[in-house]
Amino acid sequence: MSSENKQILTTDGIPLEVSLKKAEKKNKIKAFLLVAPLLLFIIITYVFPIGDMLMRSVDDKMVTEMLPKTYKSMEKWDGKELPPEEVFKAFYTDFQKLIEEEKEGKLSTQLNYTKNGFKSIIKKLRRKSKSFEEGNYKEQIMAVHRRWADVEYWRAIKRRAPAYTYQKYLKGMDMYENEKGKIVNVPEDRRVHRILWLRTLEIAFFVTVFCFLMAYPIAHLLATLPMKYSNLLMICVLLPFWTSLLVRTASWMILLQQQGIVNDFFVMIGLVSDDNRLEMMFNKTGSYVAMTQILLPFMVLPLYSVMKTISPSLMRAGKSLGGTPFVAFWKVYFPLTIPGIGAGCLLVFILAIGYYITPALVGGASGTLISNQIAFHMKSTLDWSFASAMGLMLLSGVLVIYWLYNKLVGIDNIKLG
Amino acid sequence: MSVNKEFVKFDKVDKSYDGKVLVVKDLQLDIAEGEFITMLGPSGSGKTTCLMMLAGFETPTNGEIYLDGNAISSIPPHKRGIGMVFQNYALFPHMTVYENLAFPLRVRKIPKDEADKKIDKALSMVSLQGFAQRMPGQLSGGQQQRVAVARSLVFDPQLVLMDEPLGALDKNLRESMQYEIKHIHENIGVTVVYVTHDQSEALTMSNRIAVFNDGKVQQLSSPDELYEKPVNSFVAEFIGENNTFAGEVVDISDGKCKVKLSTAEILANPISVNGKGEKTTISLRPERALINPSDKMDNVHKGKIKEVIYHGDHTRVRIDILGNSEFILKVPNSSSNLDIKLGNEIKIGWNSEDARALDPK
Repeated sequence: MSSENKQILTTDGIPLEVSLKKAEKKNKIKAFLLVAPLLLFIIITYVFPIGDMLMRSVDDKMVTEMLPKTYKSMEKWDGKELPPEEVFKAFYTDFQKLIEEEKEGKLSTQLNYTKNGFKSIIKKLRRKSKSFEEGNYKEQIMAVHRRWADVEYWRAIKRRAPAYTYQKYLKGMDMYENEKGKIVNVPEDRRVHRILWLRTLEIAFFVTVFCFLMAYPIAHLLATLPMKYSNLLMICVLLPFWTSLLVRTASWMILLQQQGIVNDFFVMIGLVSDDNRLEMMFNKTGSYVAMTQILLPFMVLPLYSVMKTISPSLMRAGKSLGGTPFVAFWKVYFPLTIPGIGAGCLLVFILAIGYYITPALVGGASGTLISNQIAFHMKSTLDWSFASAMGLMLLSGVLVIYWLYNKLVGIDNIKLG
Repeated sequence: MSVNKEFVKFDKVDKSYDGKVLVVKDLQLDIAEGEFITMLGPSGSGKTTCLMMLAGFETPTNGEIYLDGNAISSIPPHKRGIGMVFQNYALFPHMTVYENLAFPLRVRKIPKDEADKKIDKALSMVSLQGFAQRMPGQLSGGQQQRVAVARSLVFDPQLVLMDEPLGALDKNLRESMQYEIKHIHENIGVTVVYVTHDQSEALTMSNRIAVFNDGKVQQLSSPDELYEKPVNSFVAEFIGENNTFAGEVVDISDGKCKVKLSTAEILANPISVNGKGEKTTISLRPERALINPSDKMDNVHKGKIKEVIYHGDHTRVRIDILGNSEFILKVPNSSSNLDIKLGNEIKIGWNSEDARALDPK
């Protein structure tokens, strides 16, 4: 059939499709030029840093590059018994070069991450290796310290051979790869990250729920009040929004501390006794209260924008058809606000899951989130690759939530404003 | 079986929103069972407020509304059992047509098979069989309107309120829907209270029309009476076209009155004038005045043609007569060769019976 279709020509005899493409080309270029600045900006400030983060989190080239000859000679070693002489010789050669470049300290730090005990034996090797004679390096190195004669330590060196590693991700889940290459959990008393992940999810979830419960009536009121009152109320909702995040968090510290205003009030009305003041800060309660208040506008605004579009005559229709006010609300009004609920919840949840300043200031030990741990590794331990790995785990977590949301509600069913 | 003449009764109803202005003043209105009554009036005349009070979305500031003998002011809207069609249809956009129609039946806990029968019946009444599974957004304006009508009738209410239901439709569709709603009303005999500001809609559909202005019912009567015999100059102005003369009564006798205009005296039918010296506005329908009248007509005057507008089936002629330069005549376009040309002087005549002397504006 289609082959019988004649190609449609324009009046000038050019095929219509060609002519159309030509006509649209200019518009396409124009459109691209308009978005180009933003595209460039996003690539430089978003795509590139995230790519760099991904690389950093799996990058393990440092040791590989410090011991090139050792790893080459290790290729044939099966790792069951001590490596042959040529491995020792290669290691000695690499090591001498590191001493010249004064990099052996870094090597000891890196190897110590893999197996405890490398630091001291590398220091010792450095001292002793000055007086090494040529030939039979295996004997000479093994004589430096008995650990050098332990096959476990050579296996540990070999484990660092690949240029890329997923160890940091395992660490983020409180797991590691043991000597036999099996992935196992770290001892129970050293599992910190899983608790943090779960707490982050828990706090983000409850903050979302609290925000929803508070924002829904406010948004409804905003959407139904006459203009002059709703504007005033809107300013009240937005006023905290215009105040610095730090100021808002600090004011919560003033309110919530044990000698703070809220406790003073509770003591005054006799709810708690003076020597038994409530601890509302530096724990989960502090994080809940402050984060809910700070994230509330992100829930109110999408809800408001959706409710504003719902005609009041729909509720009236529901009532006139015989529905009680509750039935009219639940069957008519509520389903129509779902796009706003979805948008608000998604927004608040994703913001809460990566929240940093507020939990850092009012969260204390039991109210901190995974983002605080990431910042800790960025600033204090300087383990950037681990911080990157956790950052990416957080990002993929958010993407999973987004995907789930899309499956359940549908992303085209979302309305931000 | 006697028809309940006071099926709906507004008894001395006042309504004020702000405590300063009355939007409805001392409303006294009886609606008979099975009647199609239209509240007609300009915007802000209080007609929609009356409807909302009847539906239960507004409460009367004073007075009481009775439905079938029961005072309903304290009954919430969902217990009144009144069907309602809204201005913008108010179909539930997240439900199919079927679910929209099922809503009033479900809240009344009507079993599903019975409900399905009722829905089928209601949909066939508005000729929308086969549309049950569509979403309202997939329907045209006219179809949405029909669904709204079907939904307001599906639970067999005794009373249906319609708040300018055809306002959003284009002219042709509006006219066909007018007939359709009228036929539905005739077939099922439900009482309908209809609100509109469109007088032709009101004239076409209603048994009786209540013309609202300034919070008051100006006239309540059948469409023909409203058009032919307006009781005051507002109704005369509001319904249909109207030629007016302002003057003063100089004599009343034998059911006729003589009115002195600025240039001449004419005879008129005294409706709301009682004695000499009263100011009055005389109202005359354009089709009641003829060109080159026969001798029987008791008002014959000369006028000058100012404007001629061709309208297909008739021609509108604007004439300067007796000091009124906005006097309109409707001349049927027949084969008779009338001398209607711009600037010509012609004779115009009408019966004094059709010139109604009403209250002065």
